[in-house]
Amino acid sequence: MALIETHGLEDPISEAGKGYWSGVGSRLIRDPVTMICLGVILLLILSAVFAPYLGLADPYTGSMIKRLAPIGTEGHILGTDEQGRDMLARLIYGGRLTLFIGLMPVVLAFFIGGALGIVAGYLGGWVNTVIMRTVDVFFAFPSVLLAIAISGALGAGILNSLVSLTIVFIPPITRVAEAVTSGVRSLDYIDAARASGANALTVIRVHVIGNVLSPIFVYATSLTSVCMILAAGLSFLGIGVRPPEPEWGLMLNTLRSAIYINPWLSALPGLMIFITSLCLNLLSDGVRSAMNVKD
Amino acid sequence: MSKTETLADTQPDKGGPAQPLLIVRNLQKYFPVRGGIFGGKKAVVQAVDGVSFEVKKGETLGIVGESGCGKSTTARLLIGLLDKDKGEIIYDGQDLGGTLSLRELRRGVQMVFQDSYASLNPRLTIEASIAFGARIQGLSDPVGRARKLMERVGLAPDRFAQRYPHEVSGGQRQRINIARALAMSPRLVVLDEAVSALDKSVEAQVLNLLADLRREFGLTYIFISHDLNVVRYISDRILVMYLGEVVEIAPVDDIWTSQAHPYTRSLFSAMPSMDPDNRTKEPPLAGDPPNPINPPSGCRFHTRCRFSEDVCKAKVPLLHPLTAGSDHLAACHLHDISSGHSKAGKDVFE
Repeated sequence: MALIETHGLEDPISEAGKGYWSGVGSRLIRDPVTMICLGVILLLILSAVFAPYLGLADPYTGSMIKRLAPIGTEGHILGTDEQGRDMLARLIYGGRLTLFIGLMPVVLAFFIGGALGIVAGYLGGWVNTVIMRTVDVFFAFPSVLLAIAISGALGAGILNSLVSLTIVFIPPITRVAEAVTSGVRSLDYIDAARASGANALTVIRVHVIGNVLSPIFVYATSLTSVCMILAAGLSFLGIGVRPPEPEWGLMLNTLRSAIYINPWLSALPGLMIFITSLCLNLLSDGVRSAMNVKD
Repeated sequence: MSKTETLADTQPDKGGPAQPLLIVRNLQKYFPVRGGIFGGKKAVVQAVDGVSFEVKKGETLGIVGESGCGKSTTARLLIGLLDKDKGEIIYDGQDLGGTLSLRELRRGVQMVFQDSYASLNPRLTIEASIAFGARIQGLSDPVGRARKLMERVGLAPDRFAQRYPHEVSGGQRQRINIARALAMSPRLVVLDEAVSALDKSVEAQVLNLLADLRREFGLTYIFISHDLNVVRYISDRILVMYLGEVVEIAPVDDIWTSQAHPYTRSLFSAMPSMDPDNRTKEPPLAGDPPNPINPPSGCRFHTRCRFSEDVCKAKVPLLHPLTAGSDHLAACHLHDISSGHSKAGKDVFE
């Protein structure tokens, strides 16, 4: 992991990357769809982070007389759930957990899988065989099933969902990182760097990471929406977040029975999942095209 | 401090002027071809097989041969990018793997690659690329060195230092690669098809630059190319390779006037003539080189040689001087009277 984090500015060599990233930034700003999606994601993250300061109702206390109030009710703009708790508050507070267990596994898997894949791709030989064949074992299971199996074995809870989802996302990221790295590995500039007497760690740090990071990163961002859906799915099945915690997947599950009484209300958590994963997907597409210098 | 001094003080001459800068003895590299269910070794490609030569201090040795004859593999072995299977590499009197570590060798030997774009990291500025090696080797003021060398190879540092490889032309990129190789103040530079991908006019400029740099920094070159005219222009001696073996080594003027090995002969006759009255009359070499996985027995050239006899299939010809004490060496039974070849010792080419 330390391999990836040394992208700091105190190193005069990586400082040279500035021109490239400012180019990526200016291309991103000129892309309206990506910018809107970025705005939505930022809004969701900010509202989740600052939820206690938004003057919302308590997401945990309900009222039996105000159960399943429709959208637009006085005092409850988005209505109330099956226990009379304010939906707006629960959706915003729910964003905290949902985004956390939706994004965190991908971030962790990005570092772990990226490091494994880069090492496997750069060193090749038996190191590659050991890492990649181990990773292949995980591909034998469908990702949903694997997440459910690990979560089920570890028991319900936020931390366990986090662990199981991280394990699910390490193999695909490792595979992409390995493929990209072994492509870069065969280029002459890596040979030139090795010929200058640099050791493997320095060559990886200066010459490999900068050239493989963007495809791995883009691939990882495309996994965030899948991860969110999986996390919501785990909660929906009852092996993720436990009630009364607000979480979109769990809320979708508990409101499922209200679909005949107040269908719009029960669709709200699903809508949030949909919007978030759509925006994450479009954002990662936008970032991918902005990072592509050659076309 | 002038640039020449910077280079001289970092690379002391250990062996004295008579010691060849590089001695290669029986260098061998076989690549296994793996296949089958269990990834077992199915065959070996005999990429470089028993190559021996010397490079004197300050000279340029040209290496020529068809594609796939082992030129580039030899280059990569010399600089330690590939591990040799057998043989010795002796740099300035020190044996690689014995008294000389790979890291020390890499200080003294640098390489310029053919593909100027692939040999520069697209994410690093030109200045950072050139300075990288000097920084790795712990040389003083890597950035200052890089800027001086950029100036020396004809790229204004103020204009080019912060640019990226894709923002400059092919000729400029190859100049950057040359500067990058020189940044570690090597004594031997291996140029692997370094000018082959350039336009003719740019090629000439880069060749002149290389010749100037050699004089200025007291460099020794190993110049690998398939273009005989280019090799003639820059080299003092020429080494001809065929299917992983050396078939002829000679000073450039000798080999230009009389080629001893039939393969060298056909290489030279395949060169287009500049004079329309002096057209090529000899038939060109037919076919492709045989597969190096299973090279022909005896002389590897016997399958395509018009002087081939039974002895050529049976016996491997050794590299030997044409006359005693000559520096023109060839590996051909035609030039060994004791070989048993019916035309041995006769002038067969006229």
